[in-house]
Amino acid sequence: MKSAVIVFPGSNREGDVLRALNSAGSDVQKVWHAETELPQGTDLVVLPGGFSYGDYLRCGAIAGRATVMDAVRTHAARGGLVLGICNGFQILCESGLLPGILMRNANLKFICHRQFLRVERNDTAFTRAYAKGQAIDVCVAHGEGNYTADEETLKRLEGEGLVAFRYADAQGHVTQDANRNGSMNSIAGIYSTKLNVLGMMPHPENLIEDLVGGTDGRGLFESLVSSFPRAA
Amino acid sequence: MIRNDVAITPELVKEHGLKPDEYERFVTLIGREPTITELGIVSAMWNEHCSYKSSRIHLRGLPTKAPWVIQGPGENAGVIDIGDGLACIFKMESHNHPSFIEPYQGAATGVGGILRDVFTMGARPIAALNFLRFGEPDHPKTPHLVSGVVAGIGGYGNSFGVPTVGGSVGFDKRYNGNILVNAMAVGLARTDEIWYAKATGVGNPIVYLGSKTGRDGIHGATMASAEFDDASEEKRPTVQVGDPFAEKLLLEACLELMKSGAVIAIQDMGAAGLTSSAVEMGAKGNLGIELDLDKVPCREEGMTAYEMMLSESQERMLMVLKPGMEQEAEAIFHKWGLDFAVIGKTTDTLRFVIKHQGEVKADLPIKELGDEAPLYDRPWVESPRQPVIAPDSVKAPMSEAEALLKLVGSPDQCSKRWVWEQYDHLILGNTVQTPGGDAAIVRVEDGPKGLALTTDVTPRYCEADPFEGGKQAVAEAWRNITAVGGLPLAITDNLNFASPERPESMGQFVGCLRGIGEACKALDFPVVSGNVSLYNETNGQGILPTPAIGGVGLLDDVTVNASLAFRREGEAIILIGATAGWLGQSIYLRDVCGREEGAPPPVDLAQEKRNGDFVRQLIRSGQAKTVHDVSDGGIALALAEMAMAGGVGAEITAFPEGLPLHAFLFGEDQARYLIAVDEDVAADILYEAGAIGLPAVTLGLTGGDALILPGQQAISVKQLKAAHEAWLPNYMTGKS
Repeated sequence: MKSAVIVFPGSNREGDVLRALNSAGSDVQKVWHAETELPQGTDLVVLPGGFSYGDYLRCGAIAGRATVMDAVRTHAARGGLVLGICNGFQILCESGLLPGILMRNANLKFICHRQFLRVERNDTAFTRAYAKGQAIDVCVAHGEGNYTADEETLKRLEGEGLVAFRYADAQGHVTQDANRNGSMNSIAGIYSTKLNVLGMMPHPENLIEDLVGGTDGRGLFESLVSSFPRAA
Repeated sequence: MIRNDVAITPELVKEHGLKPDEYERFVTLIGREPTITELGIVSAMWNEHCSYKSSRIHLRGLPTKAPWVIQGPGENAGVIDIGDGLACIFKMESHNHPSFIEPYQGAATGVGGILRDVFTMGARPIAALNFLRFGEPDHPKTPHLVSGVVAGIGGYGNSFGVPTVGGSVGFDKRYNGNILVNAMAVGLARTDEIWYAKATGVGNPIVYLGSKTGRDGIHGATMASAEFDDASEEKRPTVQVGDPFAEKLLLEACLELMKSGAVIAIQDMGAAGLTSSAVEMGAKGNLGIELDLDKVPCREEGMTAYEMMLSESQERMLMVLKPGMEQEAEAIFHKWGLDFAVIGKTTDTLRFVIKHQGEVKADLPIKELGDEAPLYDRPWVESPRQPVIAPDSVKAPMSEAEALLKLVGSPDQCSKRWVWEQYDHLILGNTVQTPGGDAAIVRVEDGPKGLALTTDVTPRYCEADPFEGGKQAVAEAWRNITAVGGLPLAITDNLNFASPERPESMGQFVGCLRGIGEACKALDFPVVSGNVSLYNETNGQGILPTPAIGGVGLLDDVTVNASLAFRREGEAIILIGATAGWLGQSIYLRDVCGREEGAPPPVDLAQEKRNGDFVRQLIRSGQAKTVHDVSDGGIALALAEMAMAGGVGAEITAFPEGLPLHAFLFGEDQARYLIAVDEDVAADILYEAGAIGLPAVTLGLTGGDALILPGQQAISVKQLKAAHEAWLPNYMTGKS
C-alpha cells in the first residue's frame, strides 16, 4: 500500500503519521504542497495535523486551496482513500471534500488530552480492525475541533451513517462530559458519502505503542493497509 | 569622518539605560562622541541582559565541564553528548518583563526565542518545558496573567510543533508586580553537525534570514535590565509579537540549509537583534563586520539605522555563508517563503561598520563592544540566618488528614492539569511520561534511549538561606530525574533575582550561586547554559530569589523507567532517606500553620548522591517501577500524589516514635524517595540498604480506595482527586 503525506507550510504531525503508516506496513512518501500531482500509484492520501499557514485565516482555509489539493480532489473523486487528521480534517472541510466546519472549542482554549472515541461502524477501509461500538483510547490536541454543520447536513450524516467516531467515555457511552470541544452530536470524525474520505480531529497516530500511551490508534492504520493486497 | 546629527545629552544617555561613568567609558574607548546609532548599539551591548555585567564574576565559579559536555555556557545553548553520535542541546531563558506587560505575546516570544537558540545550533527541538511564577491568587492581575501566559506558551509551542512536556507553576505575593516566565527548549543533533556563532574567513557574505524587520521590540533588552514602576504599562510597545508559523518555516529552512553545507556560522537575532548577533559572530571569530542596512528586509517604511539595529522583531537569523553558495541558500529560503538577503560581509578590520543610505552610521571596535563591557563586583551582604525550628515546637492546628486535604487542593500543590492541557504534550509521539510526574521522559528518536527533563527550584528556601536553597534547587532537579530512572547529566540555570544594586538581593544572588556550584560539583551535574535575569522588582519590592534549574538526564533504555503512580494493591511502600521532621520553611508551616519562617532543610549532598544512586539502581534493575521524590508537603503529599496518579489507596502503619506525627508526615527533609515494590522484593531492598547504612523503612502497604494515615480518618482517593483537580479550574472561572 502506498501513502502520500501532504506537507503544507506549518504542518507539524506529518512525521507522526508517517511513523504510524510505516509501522503498519505502508510505503510512505511526503508530498510538498506546491506539487500538482500525487506520486504514481498512491492508494492513500493523508493530510496531517498542524497549523498550515499558521491557521492565520480560518483553520485549513488556505491549505484547502493549495495547488496539490486539486490532485487530492481528483484522487478522491476516483474513489481513492483520503485521511485528514486534525488540521487535515479542517482542510478537508475547507476544500469541500467533507461538509461542515470546525469551530473554536467550547471553552475557547486549546486542549490536549487522552480521549476515548466510539467507533460507529467497522465496515469501512479505515475501521475494519475495530469492532463496531468499540471505545478506542486516543488523544486530541486542537483549539478548533468543535464540529458544526447545518441541521440538514447533520441529518444527512446521521441518516446515511457517515459519522465515523464520536467522543465517548471508556465504556463507549457518548456523554456530554466526554464531548469537551462541544461538537454537534459529539462528532469526532466523518466520512464522505462514498466512505473513501475520512476526516477526524483526534490523533490515532500518537497512540501506536504501549510505551507511549497505548496502541488503540494502530487499528486505523492496520485497517487501511489491510484494505490493499500486498505487493509481491 | 562619521557625521553626528544628534547631540548626545546626559538625558539621552540616561534614557538608554547607561550610567554616566559607563557612557564615559564608551567615549574613551572610541575617542569621540558617538552617533545616536552607536549609542543605541552600546546600550544594547552593555545592558545587564546582554553583558552580564553584575553577574559575570560570580558565574565563573560554576562547574561547566564534564567528559560528556561538548559545549558549555557562552554559545546559543549548551550541548551534551548522549552517545550513539547524538547530542542534546538545551537552554532555559526568561521573558519576565515582557510577559508581565503583555502576557500572551511576552510568553509566546519567550518560547520562540528559546526554540531558536536551540535550532540555531543545528538541533531539531524535541521538547519544551517552562517555569512559571505568578503573584498571589487574590491579586486582581493574577488570573489575567495566568490565562495570557499559558495561552501564549501553548499558542507558540503548539503551532511550532514541539511537545511541552513539563514545567512548574506557583503563586506568591512576592511576584505580584513581577511574574516569572522561564522557557526551556531541548533539541537533538548529530554530534558532528553542530553549528556555532563563530564567523570565519574574510569577505564572506553575511546573510539575513527569516521575517522582516519592524519597529517592534526596540530596546527590549534594555527594558529587561531595569526595574518596574507604575508606568510600566507604557512599555507595552517594546514587547515583540511572535509568529510561530514563521518560526516553524525558519526551523525547516535552517536545518535544510545546514545540510547543504553552505553555512559557516549562524546566530539568531534575539535580545538586541541585529546588533548583538552581528557583534557576536564577528567578535567570536576575530573578524570585523560590515553591514549595509539598505539591504535589510523591512516591514515598515522609513526605518532608521538606529531602529534597524535595535529592533527585536522575531523569527530572524543571521548567517555567514560559504562564498558562492548564496544562490543555493536563497533557493531553500524561497521554497519556505522566507526572506533572504545578503546584507554585509566579514572584514579583517575588527570594526563593526554600519552603512545606511550611503552614510556610515556606526564604526566601532567590535571586540571591545563585548570584552570591554563594564564588569561590576557589586557590594553584597549575606542574608541573615534563620533559626532552626524544632519539630516539637510546631503545634498542629488540625488533624493530619484535614491538613493533607487542604494541601492537595491549595494553589501551589493542586493539579496543574488546567495549564498543561493547553499545551500539546503528545506531538512527535515520543512522550513516554506526560506532565504531572517527577520528570518528563521523551524517547530519543526511535529509541532505545530517552531523556528525563525537569525544571525546579524552591524560592522560599532560597530566600531563607540562599546557599542551602541554591543547593536544594540543583538537588531537587537531580532527584526528579533520578526518580524516573534517568542519570542526571547537566543543567541550564535561569537566575531570576531582584536588583543587583541592592546589597541584600546581590547577596541572595551570590549565595544561591555558591550553593548551585557546590551541588553541581558534588552531583556531577555541570551547568552548560543559562540566563541571568536581574532587576525583577517593582517599586522597590523584589521577587523571591528564584534560580530555576532545568535538568536533563539520560535513560539508556527508555522502556526501563519509573513513575509515581501506585500500580497495584499489596505493594510495600518503602521510604528511602532519613527523616528528622524538618518543618522550617515547609509548605505545612506556611499553608497549614500560616507561618513563613525558619531555616530551610539542609541538603547533605553526599546523602543525596548515595540515596539517589541507590534508587536509580533499583529502577534500572527492574525492581522498582513506582518511585516518587519527597519534596513540598513531605511524605503525606507524596503519598497522596502516588495514590491519585494510580487510583490505588494505601495504609500507612509505621511511623517513628518521638516525632510528632505532623512533623513526620509533612516535614521536608531532603534526599528522600518513596517507592512501592512487591513485598518479597521489599525485604531484599531493605537488606541492601542496610548493608550500606542507607536509611530505608517500610511505611505500609498499597491497597483499597483510600489513603489511611496513622490514626487518621481514611481519605478516599476520589476525595483527594476532587480537591486536587478543582482549585485551578475553579479559580480561573472565578469560582474560588
